[in-house]
Amino acid sequence: MIKSLHKRESELANSKRQVEILSNGIFQSGDLPKFKDKISETNQFPLKAKKLEILQINVGYMCNQVCEHCHVDAGPDRKEIMTRETMKQCLEVIKNTGAHTLDLTGGAPEMNPDFRWFVDEASKAGIKDFIVRSNLTIIRANKKYHDLPEFFKSHNVHVVSSMPHWTKGKTDKQRGDGVFDKSIKALQDLNAIGYGMPNSDLRLDLVYNPSGAFLPGNQASLEKEFKKALIDDFGIQFHNLFAITNLPISRFLDYLIASENYEDYMYSLVEAYNPAAVANVMCTNTLSVSWDGYLYDCDFNQMLNLPVNSKAKHISEYNEELLEGRNIVISQHCYGCTAGAGSSCQGSVA
Amino acid sequence: MQKTYYDPADLRKFGKISDWNEELGTKFFEYYNSVFKEGALSEREKSLIALAVAHTIQCPYCIDAYTGDGLQRGITKEEMMEALHVGAAIRGGASLVHGVQMMNKVNKLEM
Repeated sequence: MIKSLHKRESELANSKRQVEILSNGIFQSGDLPKFKDKISETNQFPLKAKKLEILQINVGYMCNQVCEHCHVDAGPDRKEIMTRETMKQCLEVIKNTGAHTLDLTGGAPEMNPDFRWFVDEASKAGIKDFIVRSNLTIIRANKKYHDLPEFFKSHNVHVVSSMPHWTKGKTDKQRGDGVFDKSIKALQDLNAIGYGMPNSDLRLDLVYNPSGAFLPGNQASLEKEFKKALIDDFGIQFHNLFAITNLPISRFLDYLIASENYEDYMYSLVEAYNPAAVANVMCTNTLSVSWDGYLYDCDFNQMLNLPVNSKAKHISEYNEELLEGRNIVISQHCYGCTAGAGSSCQGSVA
Repeated sequence: MQKTYYDPADLRKFGKISDWNEELGTKFFEYYNSVFKEGALSEREKSLIALAVAHTIQCPYCIDAYTGDGLQRGITKEEMMEALHVGAAIRGGASLVHGVQMMNKVNKLEM
């Protein structure tokens, strides 16, 4: 298993260095336009936050997997974990906000020792769509996690899980040896209790990230391929596939640079720029909360340590009036969310 | 700087061929884009055909383009390689089938 960039003390563990790379080179030379200039062409700068619809909470960077493309740089060696105290502050906001979606992510959110307590409490708030982003293998990682499908079901949790391909080779290459087999078993466990079945209210969606330096294809076509392969080969069913573009951040940025794909990838993102996707980028209706309670426009900005442009900087200072209408903090990584059909944690946006 | 006949960056400039003849360039790209739309064949099948043809005509730009296109569509490397062998088999077969002409000629000329 590879180590996180932080553990390796890589220069890319430093978010400032990442922002520098994204701001210099081909963007400084003018070979490619900066994101700000690109969206200005269609009078979409500055991007403004609308009413909050999705509260995404990162409950910690610890994970049982070390995926090569991970923008969080998550792994077993990451110790950043949200405390119950911060969770309580989040709960106050969850209870009072009009957001229709609560989205728990990580790392592997289930590894936070207070995860079940938090889900218990948060599910009482009556949020319409309560998402947990589960990497699937955690369900099979240890006996103490084997009952997670039942736990999710009892809290009507919407499970969103990563699955980069319907073949073992491609999946294991991106996510680690053995991940495919464990993921298949976990999906079968979820199916067995009703998750992902046609007409079932127990939502099971899959997330597809390309396993390399290329953009995702058409989301509907990929979903068709995934559904056919998973049902034919393993009898597995799921509801929707979200095709998500890999953003040039953290370990994926490290991979792009090491494989000498960085410039070509950035060209691909810029060439696929779609102004129609800008109107629906997730940062305009989402707020991302870090493990220590700080607020960001999205999970990617969180990893780049680009906090919200607002006086309310921490979940304890949450204030709808201060946050709504704020200018979204942007850099060149934002091209990842506006390429082609656009990309968000809920898949394509255009 | 090493100079070669092919520069991968030129692929990105393909659209510029219209600069010198807008009418024909536009017609070509309209036709090209229509060809690759889903029809009796799926876009996925067309992508694999394009990849095989790219190799038989040995077009480096097309190889880059349709390898990337295949990856975006989730096409596996096993499928890509099988498609290439179809192209290679046809190309090899095209050479070999001319052997019949050779045989006919030999049979006609030899006593």
